[in-house]
Amino acid sequence: MVRVDGGGDGSSLVRVRGLDKKYQRGSEEIHVLQGLNLDVDKGDFVAFMGPSGSGKTTLLNLLGGLDLPTAGTITVAGDEITHLSGSKLTHWRARHVGFVFQMYNLIPVLTAFQNVELPLLLTKLSKAERRQHVEFALEVVGLKDRTHHYPRQLSGGQEQRVGIARAIVADPTFLLCDEPTGDLDRRSADEIMDLIDRLVREHKKTVLLVTHDPVAAERAHVVLHLNKGVLVEGQKADEKAGVRA
Amino acid sequence: MKYSALILSNLFRKKIRTTLTIGSFAVALFLFGLLAVVRGAFNQGVEVAGTDRLVVINKVSIIQPLPVSYDERLLRIHGIKEVTHQNWFGGVYQDERNFFAQMAIDDDTFRSVYPEYVIPDDQWQAYMGDREGAVVGADLAKRFNWKLGDRIPIKGTIFQGTWDFNIRGIYHGKKVEDDTTQFWFHYKYLEERESAYWKGLVGWYTVKVDNPDDSVRVAKEIDETFSNSPWETKTDTEKAFATSFAKQAGNIQLLILSIGAVVFFTLLLVTGNTMAIAVRERVRDLAVLKAVGFSDVFVLVLVLAESVLIAAIGGALGLGFAKLLTFLIALFGDPTHGMLPLVYLSPQIVVAGFAVTAAVGVVAGLLPALSAMNLNVVDALRRV
Repeated sequence: MVRVDGGGDGSSLVRVRGLDKKYQRGSEEIHVLQGLNLDVDKGDFVAFMGPSGSGKTTLLNLLGGLDLPTAGTITVAGDEITHLSGSKLTHWRARHVGFVFQMYNLIPVLTAFQNVELPLLLTKLSKAERRQHVEFALEVVGLKDRTHHYPRQLSGGQEQRVGIARAIVADPTFLLCDEPTGDLDRRSADEIMDLIDRLVREHKKTVLLVTHDPVAAERAHVVLHLNKGVLVEGQKADEKAGVRA
Repeated sequence: MKYSALILSNLFRKKIRTTLTIGSFAVALFLFGLLAVVRGAFNQGVEVAGTDRLVVINKVSIIQPLPVSYDERLLRIHGIKEVTHQNWFGGVYQDERNFFAQMAIDDDTFRSVYPEYVIPDDQWQAYMGDREGAVVGADLAKRFNWKLGDRIPIKGTIFQGTWDFNIRGIYHGKKVEDDTTQFWFHYKYLEERESAYWKGLVGWYTVKVDNPDDSVRVAKEIDETFSNSPWETKTDTEKAFATSFAKQAGNIQLLILSIGAVVFFTLLLVTGNTMAIAVRERVRDLAVLKAVGFSDVFVLVLVLAESVLIAAIGGALGLGFAKLLTFLIALFGDPTHGMLPLVYLSPQIVVAGFAVTAAVGVVAGLLPALSAMNLNVVDALRRV
């Protein structure tokens, strides 16, 4: 169940309370997020929509521990991350978050295998175990036959699949997808959304997705709109999961 | 090492740039190696000087002689174990460019004062039995393809006429650094042939002391013994003597250090700039690493490792080429015609070269590495 009214019972996987984020641009103070509340359960698939500059990516960065809020708290699987030090937050990210970026952000000099293996280098897994995990992740995204290809040898859709494999390989608590179809044509975008959909359905992944694409958002259990720094439920939410505001 | 792919693949992201940077290191370290060889050759006497030996020369100048009678008086000074004397001959073999040191030695004492020079006993006996006999260093013999029994004419410059010598012995050094380019012959032969001019005179004395810690006192006592005489002396340790001798060619040490410092400072700027560009080009990749969970310190070490690796590869190539050159010189002959008696790149120099290379690698990579470490992930990911 996804809630934006701050009324969750504490059992939520992701629990956000009174989240504020302000930026200083010259003498101007920009209030991007204003007292935002959110509860997401394990296995939920949430899409965030909103106009450019509405704070969608900022929210995703805060949830992923890449940025710190001006006020408020974020608790993930019982860990409050807003007060963690830089190094602890990095460590937390490695264990709990899988990022999928709009521009794929694969490292061009590494093969698909090596890109996917990156998060596992931070674990104590042996080389053989890492290989097993990487091959499984690449199989899930349908690219087992592209293991030794470099990003430049892959299409955009394939690159994004490698990006998704990298995000899921260490079995993180949740996936944060920042416009994963934003740089793809319709067909590739649909394939990527099919894949994400499958990760939720078959692998019980929790996915938080930022998108401008209503077709992509349509796949989510719940669509939330960010408007003037606060979350409001979309039509889809009422239909599929019943957001309580 | 599980991170090796990450380091190596980044290294060859821009192959030409990396190759050129490695090339600059290689050239710099090659130059470093050559300068070290030159410095080593000039300082050879200093490096191998015995700590228990003092050199006694005429107070006016080394080219002024001393009486041979000082021999016994020196032995009477407390703390002196042995005394030998030598004479600079300064002759020319075939061509003036064929420089090498020729010295008339005191046969009775020379070998015990200079135990580092090794000569088979039978050869020494053959030398002793021949008035015109000579003993030559192994490198010198190799240089001119001399063999035992060869007759060598040397044209005197200080001592007039042509002097013919028979090679009766070839000596080796106990250490690689020992000078095996000298030519020795009997002092008695010199004295007999130049009796009118050089009777009872020697070039300088080398004395061996009982205790090296006593050297300063012994040196002072020697000079006091011969003060206010027609032949006053100046005594120094063999190391100090060799140093002042080497300095006659100018301050080679300072020259080499200056050139080396300029080269390495330039290298520092070049590599620092290269690493800064390399980091700037992959800000996004570094941000992704951080986003995925790699720590700031890891990113710092990653960039530093790349910088040091470039330096190490270049350094190894440069020092390798320098070493190869010394082998080629040993194989095909000294192009300086004996001006540099020792062309040798010691293991200490190789280690020092690597240490300097690693230091340049670390310093050059430090600023880019710090900027990578302090990279803000959110800002970096926004950059296109």
